[in-house]
Amino acid sequence: MATKTDVSSSTCVDGYGSAIGMPQLCTDWAGNQVFWLVITLVAIFFVLSRLALPRISAVISERQGTITNDLAAAENLKSEAVQAEEAYKKALEDARLEASKIIEAAKVEIKQELDVAIQKADADISVKAVASEDAISEIRKDALANVKSLAKDITSELVKVLGGKVDAKALTAVINKKMKG
Amino acid sequence: MANSADAKNEGLIFHPMDQFIVEPLFGAGPVQWYTVTNVTLWMALSVVALILIMVVGTSKRALVPSRAQSVGELAYGFVHKMVEDVAGKDAIPYFPYIMTLFMFIVLSNFLGLLPMSFTTTSHIAVTAVMAMLVFLSVSIIGFVKNGLGFLSLFWISSAPLALRPALALIEIISYFVRPVSHSIRLAGNMMAGHAVIKVFAAFAGVALISPLSVVAITAMYALEILVSFIQAYVFAILTCVYLKDALHPHH
Amino acid sequence: MEGDIVQMGAYIGAGLACTGMGGAAVGVGHVVGNFIAGALRNPSAAAGQTATMFIGIAFAEALGIFSFLVALLLMFAV
Repeated sequence: MATKTDVSSSTCVDGYGSAIGMPQLCTDWAGNQVFWLVITLVAIFFVLSRLALPRISAVISERQGTITNDLAAAENLKSEAVQAEEAYKKALEDARLEASKIIEAAKVEIKQELDVAIQKADADISVKAVASEDAISEIRKDALANVKSLAKDITSELVKVLGGKVDAKALTAVINKKMKG
Repeated sequence: MANSADAKNEGLIFHPMDQFIVEPLFGAGPVQWYTVTNVTLWMALSVVALILIMVVGTSKRALVPSRAQSVGELAYGFVHKMVEDVAGKDAIPYFPYIMTLFMFIVLSNFLGLLPMSFTTTSHIAVTAVMAMLVFLSVSIIGFVKNGLGFLSLFWISSAPLALRPALALIEIISYFVRPVSHSIRLAGNMMAGHAVIKVFAAFAGVALISPLSVVAITAMYALEILVSFIQAYVFAILTCVYLKDALHPHH
Repeated sequence: MEGDIVQMGAYIGAGLACTGMGGAAVGVGHVVGNFIAGALRNPSAAAGQTATMFIGIAFAEALGIFSFLVALLLMFAV
């Protein structure tokens, strides 16, 4: 818009400091803006390409590397843990096997000992049984002998009381005959 | 506009465009191309912000990033992924250039949202230079990489033969219109948002509607934060698209 | 008097040009709406197509920008 104000300080600003039309379309300022824009863009470009971007990309790749390494380490640790678990399981299995073996051996040993003890006891018992049988037969013999002598005595006494005469040989033969059954 | 002298005396004063005036920082006088102006100040602040975020923030090189460092890494990763996804793997060498444009636009947009600030990206002169840089460099890259094969960008071999000349004309027009839409999209979005906020701010002078005005300014401000980022993203992604066309002109 | 008529015509033309921006708004809404409809059907594919959506938005918006540019030129440059 063609405006002719006498008091304007430039072609785009009126005397009151207000814009005439659109400041964006004022060609007087374009050179200034372009000049400073180019300087700004060059400054930003150098700051970014020399300082910021290499640093940030280095940090990001470093972080990526660290994360990858950590993940690999974690993977290693995990496999180690799995291995340890397997070893533990194996050890447990071995121990169980060992224990059952020991138990088996102990059982066998105990059985053997028991057998030995039983045999010994059996032997003892048989020895003692023989001895007691002997003793019993002895006692029986004694008792028979006693019975015989007692019977002889009683019979001879009875005979004496009845006024007979004791024939010792005949008495003994009778008693022996009676005793035999 | 001519009678803005009279407008000074009215109760409701609209000067939504005054925030875009370029003025010298020191003293008065005409703005020469070398004059230190508010353009210089806010562009320098964007460089300072860039150094704070991308250089100072990442100076510790921590493996577990701090907040500032993760902002820088986020920006890097965002643009890097965008270049890789949209323009392809062989566009990675051009990544610093796209990063430069993206960071400048996004920082200028956000700095421009500060009250009393000057939005450098709201000026067509600024965005046009960036768009022309992209347009020229993309054209040069296209011709250097593909030779005359770059012209096959306009000759769509998948279309019927009869349609091809017409399509070629359309393609050529759209190719040369690219820097226009590329630059005015950014400048127009930034300018429109700031001007609307300024208009609402002028309404805040009327007591009756000032609460509504404040609410509207807040809502517009939230929208502008979104737009600031989206426009920087769109500028960068369109640069990637153009770069992809230059590197792989065959449809 | 003649200048005033030219100015009036320029302003009316600027206002008419602004209707084109409405078309761009419709286009952008169409792009995003269809993107969201597709994304809800297949959310796993949505993340990879966000860039495509923004490119589509940018192209749809470009024509609105041209009408905006015409309006600006009519307002301030003619």
